[in-house]
Amino acid sequence: MGTGSLLMLATLEGTVMAAVLALAAVGLSLTFGVMRVVNVAHGEFFMLGAVLAWAVAQAMPSAPLGFVAALLIAPALVGALAWVTDTALLKRLNYNPDSTIVATIGLSYLIQQGALSFFGPDARAVAAPFTLRLQFPGFGYSGYKLFVVAAALLVLLAVWWGLTRSRAGLVMRATQVDRNTARAFGINVDRVYAGTFALGAALAALAAVLLAPISQAHYLMGHDPLLLSFIVVIIGGLGSLRGTLLAALVIGLADGILSMLYPPTLAKILATLAVAMVLVFRPQGLFGDRT
Amino acid sequence: MKALGLHLGVLLTLALAGLLLPDYHQGMLTRVLVMAVFATGYNLAFGYTGLLSLGHALHFSAGMMAAGLAMRDGMAPEAALPLGALAGTVSAALTGILALRTKGVSFMIVTLMFAQAFYLTLLYFGAFTGGDEGFPLPGSARQMFGLDLTQPGPRFTVALLLFGIALLVQAALVRGRFGRSMVAIRENEERSRMLGYNPFTIKLTALTLSGLYAGVAGAAYGLLFGYVGAGFGTTQYSILPMLYVLLGGAGTTLGPLLGAGLMAWLIDAASSLTEASLAIIGAVLIALVVFAPKGILGTIRERGAKWLP
Repeated sequence: MGTGSLLMLATLEGTVMAAVLALAAVGLSLTFGVMRVVNVAHGEFFMLGAVLAWAVAQAMPSAPLGFVAALLIAPALVGALAWVTDTALLKRLNYNPDSTIVATIGLSYLIQQGALSFFGPDARAVAAPFTLRLQFPGFGYSGYKLFVVAAALLVLLAVWWGLTRSRAGLVMRATQVDRNTARAFGINVDRVYAGTFALGAALAALAAVLLAPISQAHYLMGHDPLLLSFIVVIIGGLGSLRGTLLAALVIGLADGILSMLYPPTLAKILATLAVAMVLVFRPQGLFGDRT
Repeated sequence: MKALGLHLGVLLTLALAGLLLPDYHQGMLTRVLVMAVFATGYNLAFGYTGLLSLGHALHFSAGMMAAGLAMRDGMAPEAALPLGALAGTVSAALTGILALRTKGVSFMIVTLMFAQAFYLTLLYFGAFTGGDEGFPLPGSARQMFGLDLTQPGPRFTVALLLFGIALLVQAALVRGRFGRSMVAIRENEERSRMLGYNPFTIKLTALTLSGLYAGVAGAAYGLLFGYVGAGFGTTQYSILPMLYVLLGGAGTTLGPLLGAGLMAWLIDAASSLTEASLAIIGAVLIALVVFAPKGILGTIRERGAKWLP
């Protein structure tokens, strides 16, 4: 394979990575932006999405049907779990930053153990809904991966539209700016919070369902997405959606390309250190505005 | 006086327990004591100074690795243990200088990232550090001051001695001027700055001391149980001291020991019913923040026993 083909393959892989990452990170960014809650269990919501996708796909007669069902059911279930978590747990803590972090750490252990107990320690493969191989000059590429990119873009656009153009988005933004004033204007802040938390979790689950046919479903798979989502959200500026999307693209592409050239562990070390340094020296993120 | 009596009484009870308990539980108590040293250090940063670090696994594993690698190369434990303490101290001071420029949520994430980077570095140099599999320390390397640390009895003695020092130093520290300034920072940083304290120096000192404790605990863990590995650098080893401190009571001298002990026996008792130790940790964390944010001793102190140290 020539250098040009290799570079193109790396870019494609990076784009797929960026798409999935952006979905997961936008969920985390939403919950932090609107609620000021750092959700450590975000990675476990992601994992739960993939594991549920496997479970749903098992119950369905054919792979395409199973995939479509998983695409609908897994995010809905994870979103419902997040809704319950918010009303039963986070609300009782008054969204105090320290307590919510400790509580979501606890939650992540519970979910991880739950997945281990019910689904077992094995990695489970999920069948892709279709197998199409596109022939590029020098290499063939999975059509499904390109479908993932398109689907992620579509969902991100929908989220974007919802936040900036719809009434629900307006209510969410109003709550983000000042929850007391929002309450005074008759906005049910409790429901906005629960909805935001559920939406954030559902986006992570959706990303995982899309990713499941490419990688696999495993009870420990939440760790890397959590770390990467954190990195994306921090580099993009905590709570800034535009920054998050931009950062996801940059980091996803960089990850895809670098991991073809360098050992992945070294890349991860540099990325985590870079994030720590960004937080220390430029807390508003690389793309965020100082507010 | 009352406080000193209580601390000496607890240490005496521990010594008696070590003599009387059957082997299995004595071994568990040894482990609990070493982890309690770690948690006591964490308490200095989190309980007294209000610094919620999610990266103490870094200092614990730095101490363990420094001591372990030195002993593998033939250094005597008498020198390796202080070396581990130094590694924990330096790692805390260096990361603290950077991390303390941030506050609150950012501080937690920065400490978490530093610890994660160190853990990944241990894996990256796996050929040297042993990586996830780690390496055992031979029995011949585990002889200190004439004590054979492969035997349970001497092992318990060393653990109790270390914990005793850790506890009494902590108690003296938090009763003194410096301890009070730590608490002042925790309660109201702006006000203590107005009173002429330098919050950064105090927080950095507290964090560095905390790293010293973690380094000693890590080095002792490797030395006593004869195994060193990168696994002790995972996030779980940052969460555990936090869990112990929260359970026993943040900002109480004996809380870390109580928390470590309760969790050890809780998981042990539950292991006959279920293998789900992760779920127990998770459930206890959630129950604590919801129902008893002050922990056991903190709640007792609030409900009347005001003298409780």
